[in-house]
Amino acid sequence: MELIKYQDEGQFSSGHVACGGCVEALALRVILNTVGKDAIGVVSPSCSAVICGGYPMSAVKIPVFHTTLESGAASASGIKRALLAQGKPDTTVICLAGDGGTYDIGLQALSSAAERNEDILYICFDNEGYMNTGGQKSSSTPKNAVTGSTPAGKTTRKKNLIEILAAHRIPYIATVSPSHLNDLAAKVEKAKSIRGTKVIIVLVPCLPGWGLPDNAAVRTARKAVESGVFPLFEVFDGVDYRLSVGTRSQSVETYLKEQKRYRHLSADQIAGLQAETDAEWDRLQARAVGGQV
Amino acid sequence: MHGNANGLLLSGNHAVAHGVRLARPDVIPVYPITPQTPILEKITELQAEGQIAAELLTPESEHSAMSACISASLTGARVFTATSSQGLLLMHELLHYASGARASIVMCNVNRTPAAPWGFWPDQLDSLAQRDTGWIQLYSETPQESLDSVIQAFRVAETARIPVMISHDAFYVSHAVEPVDVPSQSLVDEFLPAFRSDIRLDTEIGRSFGAPNDQANWNRSRRELDASMQTVNDLVIDAGRDWGALTGRSYGPLEFYRTEDAEVVIVTMGSMCGTVRDAVDEMRDKGVAVGMLKVRLFRPLPVAALREALAGVPCALVLDRNYSPGTGGVLHQELKSALYGLAGAPRLHGLLTGVGGVNVAPGRIEQLVSEFSGKEPVVGPVWVE
Repeated sequence: MELIKYQDEGQFSSGHVACGGCVEALALRVILNTVGKDAIGVVSPSCSAVICGGYPMSAVKIPVFHTTLESGAASASGIKRALLAQGKPDTTVICLAGDGGTYDIGLQALSSAAERNEDILYICFDNEGYMNTGGQKSSSTPKNAVTGSTPAGKTTRKKNLIEILAAHRIPYIATVSPSHLNDLAAKVEKAKSIRGTKVIIVLVPCLPGWGLPDNAAVRTARKAVESGVFPLFEVFDGVDYRLSVGTRSQSVETYLKEQKRYRHLSADQIAGLQAETDAEWDRLQARAVGGQV
Repeated sequence: MHGNANGLLLSGNHAVAHGVRLARPDVIPVYPITPQTPILEKITELQAEGQIAAELLTPESEHSAMSACISASLTGARVFTATSSQGLLLMHELLHYASGARASIVMCNVNRTPAAPWGFWPDQLDSLAQRDTGWIQLYSETPQESLDSVIQAFRVAETARIPVMISHDAFYVSHAVEPVDVPSQSLVDEFLPAFRSDIRLDTEIGRSFGAPNDQANWNRSRRELDASMQTVNDLVIDAGRDWGALTGRSYGPLEFYRTEDAEVVIVTMGSMCGTVRDAVDEMRDKGVAVGMLKVRLFRPLPVAALREALAGVPCALVLDRNYSPGTGGVLHQELKSALYGLAGAPRLHGLLTGVGGVNVAPGRIEQLVSEFSGKEPVVGPVWVE
């Protein structure tokens, strides 16, 4: 069994109010301990805001600024510029946002920060929907998934945010999973050492939102990686793709079958999702092999 | 005489940019919009020349500009931005956030008609519609006043920990060029020392901002804001007096122009004050007992001073260059509210003058005085051209 290699500096406290079994809290613990003490956080309304805590409690040791839903990247930019004006260029400014605040309402501000190549580390906890408001679809919700606003299943695909970000040619983009915590910690460490806009997307299987048992989040995240539904990779400077896990060992159906949001799927729909995953995997392989788009 | 040793011919917008330069801000997030753009361009030019040392941030929208202003201010930076009309309206959510977070931002808003239909003309509804957002609001009559107010505003914002919006009218002030005394850097440094709040986002301090609160704490946050708001009138008086001692140009929340023994007082804001000044002079020459009350500080409204000033005046005409649908002129509403129950309150006429930027000449103001001063006020908006 692989042990998690990171130093817990106590940057994330127990007693937070994430759902029992939530892996966003697990990922947050590793991320904050890897980023360390010389950091200021920006928290968009999301599960992160709840997990970080309501006044006067705080589960995180770094100072954080709770901002508005669409403002994460702009708020982080403001803090970074103020630190630059004060001669503190080394302090990490880290954004903690959900997929609603990233793929949807916060995309405009994120695109602008990326275009300016602001020196910020933007973490998107992607649970594929507005789970903090009870589970409605976002543009990150995958095809066929049932949510509170797509009761018959979403009819369109998940937005490919990574390709959008890659088009901005920012220095670093990565996907990470709470099932692969060493990979997660290494990518955060790498991002911390790079100047410019860094975006890390964390897959967060949401227990109530996806319809999973309390002990299934890590297992589900692992299946997402191993089926190729959520491949782990890095993109340097928008063009240099590198796969972190280069093989697939499970079918998409294996990933889908434990989740209630996919319980209604027909065999044809499952086959369709497998085909889409295969096509995306092939595209990613081609990019990673060539190191180019 | 402090004179015009440093006098330049400046538009209102360029005067603002020089005020910003002298205030030495740390961070300037700003987005272009007509007719504010010359502020942005002059600031970026001065920054490129090294005359402004600030971090300049040019995001994709006014919404992000204000977001960055708030977080930069809370990180301890002195922050300026500028906008107008649609841009201010797009910021609306963050305007509430800025005052709630007690960010000491200074912003210049160029008053312009809000769409629809599209227009680019002087009209104050854009900023007046923000009256409940918790910003201190100053209205400026001239380029000189705009420059002077920007510098005073930083002192007020940083003392009260409440953001300040200085509005001046599109084109009549923003683009009109006049001689402006540009004070020396040493004078401004004396008036406005460097500022870094000890309540800020800082890894050495560890304080966080904006976390969800329960009802009692949310309530307390607004009581604290209210307590600070109650200090603003005096802060504006002090800043205007101290600025006057250094420059010879004093300011206050209100200005009284030839109101001694006036039978009719015209109450207005912004560039209209310049027109009314000329009209008052003309009428005084003809023996008409008329004066002007200029409202410079609109939020918080100087209620006590307004009541004192207008008690016993037989008639007041409020000239509003804005129209709030369903009610009328915003300043008129505010005056009615301020004077409620006042013994000896004037007959208060609310006149919608110059809405949408239509020209109001001094001669027209004379006509309005003769037409309305003897009448009883009516309920509801009165449109005059």
